[in-house]
Amino acid sequence: MFEEQEIISIGKRELVDRIRGLSSQDYRLVQIGCTKLETFQIDYSFDKDYKFLNIRVNVPIEDAQLPSISGICGSAFVYENEIHDFFGIKVDGISIDYGGNFYRTAVQAPFNIEEPSTDEE
Amino acid sequence: MAKRTIIPFGPQHPVLPEPIHLDLVLEDEMVVEAIPSIGFVHRGLELLCKKKSFKDLIYVAERVCGICSFMHGMAFSQGIEKIMDVSVPDRALYLRVFWSEMSRIHSHILWLGLTADAIGFESLFCHCWRIREKILNIIEDTTGGRVIFGVCKVGGVRRDVDDDTFKRILGQLKEIESDYNNIVDVFRRDYTVKHRFSGVGVLPREDVCPLGAVGPVGRASGVSQDMRKLGYAAYNNLDFEPVTESAGDCYARCMVRIREVNLSFDLIRQAVEKIPDGPVDVKVKGLPEGEVFSRVEQPRGEVVYYLKGNGTKFLDRFRIRTPTFTHIAALVQMLAGCDLADVPVIVLSIDPCISCAER
Repeated sequence: MFEEQEIISIGKRELVDRIRGLSSQDYRLVQIGCTKLETFQIDYSFDKDYKFLNIRVNVPIEDAQLPSISGICGSAFVYENEIHDFFGIKVDGISIDYGGNFYRTAVQAPFNIEEPSTDEE
Repeated sequence: MAKRTIIPFGPQHPVLPEPIHLDLVLEDEMVVEAIPSIGFVHRGLELLCKKKSFKDLIYVAERVCGICSFMHGMAFSQGIEKIMDVSVPDRALYLRVFWSEMSRIHSHILWLGLTADAIGFESLFCHCWRIREKILNIIEDTTGGRVIFGVCKVGGVRRDVDDDTFKRILGQLKEIESDYNNIVDVFRRDYTVKHRFSGVGVLPREDVCPLGAVGPVGRASGVSQDMRKLGYAAYNNLDFEPVTESAGDCYARCMVRIREVNLSFDLIRQAVEKIPDGPVDVKVKGLPEGEVFSRVEQPRGEVVYYLKGNGTKFLDRFRIRTPTFTHIAALVQMLAGCDLADVPVIVLSIDPCISCAER
């Protein structure tokens, strides 16, 4: 038995209003995750009464920028700082902004570095 | 306004087995703000999806944490199984429940011991860990491992447990539960424990959802939210209700974990009673193409795996959101306004697993 998962893709400009709407309906922010493809795929996952809903935004890799939702969802600041530190995405208006010092990484944006795939088998 | 002082808490501290740092901004003895920072031991395991095939990644998932390693492996496996449309045999699903609940008992009793130790109750700490040792022996008996079980795989499980062994284990668990109930009575009745935990680190029910609190932290504030209710593995065939308390303080979080151990004993009994005969795995053919969010209830709360396959043996993304990571926001709120002396107890009350957070 596996839960139904709804994924809705929206534009960056709609993001804040959409999240505000979900928050007002008591949806819980489950996580914010980033996947590097041809663009950065940002997933904002929510749950309400075991119903899983994922809002997806794609932003270009060059000069990637996002508005913060930490003013709406209190727990968002940890994910937004993580996305900034790992992928180098600039997030505007984080409620608690560590300015790149949330994680102590040896290199900047380690998840945004191209590395060839290798099979170590 | 009183003079403000910043006191560093961690990354090395007697109540912290793993490193996390908090800058505590104080006015006299009161914390007015706590600023956490992590990343001291971050391993970048998620990036290994570019170098390890999806079949090998389960070994990486199991090594995210040394306490709930089995559940990490299970969350990963069930995600890949969903992407590849693999139908796992029922017996394997029940075995997954058995090992998950054994992990939960082990984790909660470990936490109870650490908590007793944190308030200076050494004998209680020793008794908790004495009982935990018996649980680890059963885990070793059935999986061969005590920390990394290595029994979960994409398509089922690697080991079976025969009926005679289950019968023997149920007998052992009955004795362990009786022993456990006697010991946790101390947490329930002892003045020192109550006095130290009650009214400390309160997280009101209305803050649980906005701060994203999950697991025992959320349930201790009265929010009945338990991912086992999603019905993954064989939980859809078992009868249970999430354990909740209403006070939202450290004592309520302690009580939730104590009662959840009893629930786990019950779930194991139900699972063993209902486990069907049959194979424990199926052969997995093909390569994963597609994406999934896989959620599992770990001892500390909901863990989320996001897996994205591209039709090759390497995944595009292997993302893990652990409960400790999401509890950072709740912790910041709980610490604001508390006494400096209560900080260690409050930090411990979320059962922080930095190994999970620093995956």
